[in-house]
Amino acid sequence: MSVLLEATKIGKHFGGVQALKDVSLTINTGEIYGLIGPNGAGKTTFFNVLTGLYPKDGGTVTFDGAPLPLGSPHAVTRAGIARTFQNIRLFANMTALENVMVGRHARAKVGVGGAVMRHRRAREEEAAIRRRAEELLHYVGIADRGGQLARHLAYGDQRRLEIARALATEPRLLALDEPAAGMNATETSELKTLIEGIRADGVTVLLIEHDVKLVMGLCDRVAVLDYGEKIAEDVPDAVKRDPKVIEAYLGA
Amino acid sequence: MRQPKQRALIGLALIGLALAILPLVVGAALGNTWVRVLDYALLYIMLALGLNIVVGFAGLLDLGYIAFYAVGAYLYALLASPHFGLHLPAWVILPLGALVAGVFGVLLGAPTLRLRGDYLAIVTLGFGEIIRIFLNNLNAPVNITNGPQGIARIDPISIAGHPLSRPLEIFGYTLSGVTLYYYLFVVLAIGIIFVGIRLQDSRIGRAWVAIREDEIAAKACGIDTRNVKLLAFAMGASFGGVAGGLFAGFQEFVSPESFGLLESIMVLCMVVLGGMGHIPGVILGGLLLTLLPEAFRHGAGPVQQALFGKVLLDPESLRMLLFGVALILVMLYRPAGLWPEARHRRELAEK
Repeated sequence: MSVLLEATKIGKHFGGVQALKDVSLTINTGEIYGLIGPNGAGKTTFFNVLTGLYPKDGGTVTFDGAPLPLGSPHAVTRAGIARTFQNIRLFANMTALENVMVGRHARAKVGVGGAVMRHRRAREEEAAIRRRAEELLHYVGIADRGGQLARHLAYGDQRRLEIARALATEPRLLALDEPAAGMNATETSELKTLIEGIRADGVTVLLIEHDVKLVMGLCDRVAVLDYGEKIAEDVPDAVKRDPKVIEAYLGA
Repeated sequence: MRQPKQRALIGLALIGLALAILPLVVGAALGNTWVRVLDYALLYIMLALGLNIVVGFAGLLDLGYIAFYAVGAYLYALLASPHFGLHLPAWVILPLGALVAGVFGVLLGAPTLRLRGDYLAIVTLGFGEIIRIFLNNLNAPVNITNGPQGIARIDPISIAGHPLSRPLEIFGYTLSGVTLYYYLFVVLAIGIIFVGIRLQDSRIGRAWVAIREDEIAAKACGIDTRNVKLLAFAMGASFGGVAGGLFAGFQEFVSPESFGLLESIMVLCMVVLGGMGHIPGVILGGLLLTLLPEAFRHGAGPVQQALFGKVLLDPESLRMLLFGVALILVMLYRPAGLWPEARHRRELAEK
């Protein structure tokens, strides 16, 4: 199995608070990798550093054999890492279809000239963007919601739409920040099926999740963060038995 | 499938015909003063459409937009007047004006990239004033802009050797200068509308709206927000630059006082009142805010005379008062503008 992403000694502090302390982890191509930990453990901070939203204080990330341009979110996306957000961030006043079409931005080329002249290449590209966006809406199971404004979608559909938009960027690694938050049992199990399907289609998945049952049932390997440090990284069964993990979750 | 396309073509032809005979009717019924008002309305529509790209699409509140109008106007004034003794033709200056204004858009946009909302508004307001103050003071030590006196005797815009300021006899019918300018402005306004619509329904337009809706999510979608924002500033500014060049050729005189903060706010009002981000709404806004105050200026005096036998309130101050009341009413009852985008309607139709 080849290594897709290797993060080495990632550090991040906010003022005096050390949010991440030398976190290193390795994600292999084709796996579903879970990142768990108690509240405030630094999971989302790690995500934000990885996807370029926060500048890091130290460490390196190698993605697909090349250093990842940290600190520049759009460059990270172009390099092949797409993400969703813990508090869903959709383009509220655009339709579901348009949201996914925006996701195609980085993989399209037509600029102002093409947009105004609307020559053949521009028309073809636009049609391809639309077609792909429709496919993705279908893929995540909200094909019939394409014309609705994102803010009018049901909560679960918004989550799905965010995943469709992330997939539109053609990621090699899909990073999901608590996708099951606020979902009921049925929705969570549907989400699980969706994530498994995404992996089966060749996209590696990094999953932050609170729902330990979902993580244990879905992930190939799991890393546990506590107070900004990685305290465990192994297959779910081993992590579950790790005394340090039990202590972190249950308290000493 | 054929039917709607034909109907659209017929609709466009009718609109074209209406636009073509409008100045003739207005000129005959109300006089050339009103054709001149129409000319100004068209200039303001071009400005409002340019600002709409920045404010309406990309959501960047720009209070100094009139600076780009000034850049276009002064460029025309400097390159086609006795001031430097240059007399370049309009078809050279106008594209150059778009280009130079676009560069200014990038220059003034670049330092503001990290700002949003109120902070952006204050900085752009400052930039707008800086340009005006420069124009006001660049007459010493080297006289570039001729300072507060402005630049006079600017060449009128000429087409095929005929200056548009002079009436043209055609088929025994005399078209006045303001009517000729009207036709030029209509053609260019249609061009700007066309560009605006095309941009809106494109990858670029979607990226602008995405930035307006959620900048962080836009970045996560792979949009280089810096470049895309600068593009919005540049496109908006270049529309303003073209309008400015037309203004200079039309008035044959420019001075810094035409480019004050109030003008920026007026154009912003057109965008907001008409319906931010919605091109037909913005056109309506530009039209209303040019025509209504003008109608009021001409009408308020005689109406008071007829009602009370004398003019109680100075029409000029009454005009501003009613303008304020109208703005408040619109903000209260139609906060999205008079003619906002019909996304909801489309949404229901697709269900």
